[in-house]
Amino acid sequence: MEFLYPVFIFAILALVIGVGLALASRYFHVEGDPLSDKIDALLPQTQCGQCGYPGCRPYANAVAADEVSVNHCVPGGERTMLAIADIMGVEPKAIEEEETVPVVAYIREDECIGCTLCIKACPVDCIIGAPKQYHTIVADHCTGCTLCLEPCPVDCIDMVETPELLEHWAWPVPGTKRAIKAETRKASHEDADV
Amino acid sequence: MFDLWDKVQQVLHINTPRGFTGGIVHQNQYKITGGDSIVASPLPDMLVHPIKQHIGDPCEPIVNVGERVLKGQMIAKAQGYLSVPIHASTSGVVEKIEKHLIPHPSGLGLTSISIKPDGLDEVDESLHPLPNYRSVDIVELRERIRHAGLAGLGGAVFPTFVKLVHDQKHPIETVILNGIECEPWLTCDHQLMIEKAHEIITGLDIVMYLVDAKQGIIAIEDNKPDAVTVMRKTLKDMGLTDTVEVKVLPTRYPQGGEKQLIQAITGKEIPAGGLPLHIGVISSNVGTSKAIYDAVCLGEPLTERIITVSGDAVPKAVNMSVRLGTSVRFLLAQVGVTGFDDIKIIHGGPMMGELMVDADVPVVKASNGILAMHKQSIMRAHHDEEPCIRCGDCGEVCPAGLMPNLLAQHCKEDQFERAQDYNLFDCIECGACSYVCPSHIPLVHYFRYGKGQVAQIQREKAFAEESRMRSEKRDARLAKELAEKEEKRRIAKEKKEARAKALADKQAAEDATLSVEAENANENADKGVAKAVDKSEEAS
Repeated sequence: MEFLYPVFIFAILALVIGVGLALASRYFHVEGDPLSDKIDALLPQTQCGQCGYPGCRPYANAVAADEVSVNHCVPGGERTMLAIADIMGVEPKAIEEEETVPVVAYIREDECIGCTLCIKACPVDCIIGAPKQYHTIVADHCTGCTLCLEPCPVDCIDMVETPELLEHWAWPVPGTKRAIKAETRKASHEDADV
Repeated sequence: MFDLWDKVQQVLHINTPRGFTGGIVHQNQYKITGGDSIVASPLPDMLVHPIKQHIGDPCEPIVNVGERVLKGQMIAKAQGYLSVPIHASTSGVVEKIEKHLIPHPSGLGLTSISIKPDGLDEVDESLHPLPNYRSVDIVELRERIRHAGLAGLGGAVFPTFVKLVHDQKHPIETVILNGIECEPWLTCDHQLMIEKAHEIITGLDIVMYLVDAKQGIIAIEDNKPDAVTVMRKTLKDMGLTDTVEVKVLPTRYPQGGEKQLIQAITGKEIPAGGLPLHIGVISSNVGTSKAIYDAVCLGEPLTERIITVSGDAVPKAVNMSVRLGTSVRFLLAQVGVTGFDDIKIIHGGPMMGELMVDADVPVVKASNGILAMHKQSIMRAHHDEEPCIRCGDCGEVCPAGLMPNLLAQHCKEDQFERAQDYNLFDCIECGACSYVCPSHIPLVHYFRYGKGQVAQIQREKAFAEESRMRSEKRDARLAKELAEKEEKRRIAKEKKEARAKALADKQAAEDATLSVEAENANENADKGVAKAVDKSEEAS
């Protein structure tokens, strides 16, 4: 009979753990997909649709479901791509399109006819206006997604480069200017030697 | 034997005789300007006041173009808590309020108020002097110090009034007056201590009264024996020797850094991210102390400061008393610098100063030194960056106790989270590590780059978070609108159906009645016909 003890012990253990797991899966259930949440948190939230999905959240879902590769977020740039590749545990892939300078949309109000089409297109609600009134863009909230350009019937929207702000200015990578200077210095020395 | 033990102690940092860890001693670079009295700079033809000359929020101009202002009149008011106002430094007419180059390494401009002096130097006397400051309410004194636009004149320009709080939670025991010169070539504080000892000590007394401190310490390095003598003598004359003492410290850079000085004097280290007041100490520069005296006892706002004008392109280096807003080009012309093609201008000292892109920048509250250097001498000091040889010299001299070699490596590789794990933000950018590096690695440049990038990433994250919120709200709103539309449509459909049904029912009912009537009529007709037939039959 003694040889059955371990069997009983493990059977009871398995039962207890099984019930515990079942309860845990019920009471600690996580709503939503944590992986796609994580990816969504990394994306720049421009909602530009350059990845081929209507916004950042759908792209995050698609990446989490392994439907699409990690290198489609153009505004996020290389840093975002590397971070997503890290989470997904896949090889980083270079972004095909070139990284662009940060821009915001600007409406030439003289030409605006007040059709409200751009207001409907803006994914972050940063265009102010009413029918038959000039519209304008709140530049602080504009993500530069360019989605308002397409619906405008009179083409009165421009994308302008965001001005460099003093309080946002940061030191550049060291070495670049110094390297140039060193090069010129070397060249002058070489000339002097000759 | 004991010498050996001392050496071991020094190497292992046990019970170090130095006041703070790390630091370097400069050789032969002291006193390029020391010993000569302060020269007043003449009135220039234009004074430019940028609207932000302190750490914190920029000011808002309160004068208009064409308006006449007096010396000491407030021309831009403080906005927000961490902000101090700006005053005109002479009487004249506001010529323009527009972007002007400021002393900043970016070479970007900032809104500035340009004043054309009228040469009369008429003083605005709205601030009345308070010579008996001990009988004035501390709230009023503090408001006065803020109103006078005082910010730390050592170079950090932190609004002074913020420090001067009488807080129950953190009682201040010691006020330290920083008479250590912050950088090797500068001598403005040294000369000020010799010439304005009385004013400086009165300023210290005002601060001690404000924060209710029992002890005052004036810290001076041992390379300024004349300043020590003058300060000690003045203290004796004023009868303050019981509460205030002069402490002489061995010369070592960067002892003028707030955290380093406090550690050197009290032996207490300020916790990372903490403030001096958390350990019961506040410190203030001697220049600020003199400005506090001016603001309180004379009723003069901060309109001028002492600047060391030095560098190898300057024929005769000098300490000058300069009106804020004077252009650096004008200042250098006063000391005999005429050609600007061949020189580079450094705003600040040789260790921490920043290269200016142009000579047409105004002197601001932060300007403690202006160095004009020949391009050749800067280029001679320049070396190409070589690979790190892991000698550890940078860690040895770091006054914040960091590991600059690893920090720089992480910043270089854009691994900013790792760099923050190594306490990137505790770096005070003193430049000691770059100074000793045998491979000439521009370590501080990497740290500045890293700090800027971290700030940029945080800003982008915050913006992305806001955009996500806006986008989610929009989606929710659209979904709600859609749902409402659906609901309306459904209700309309139901109504329509109901109406149609009602109509149909009515129709049916009407039809039914009609048909009944028709039937009746038919019946009647039939009957009539029948009757008629009967009748006709009868008739026939």
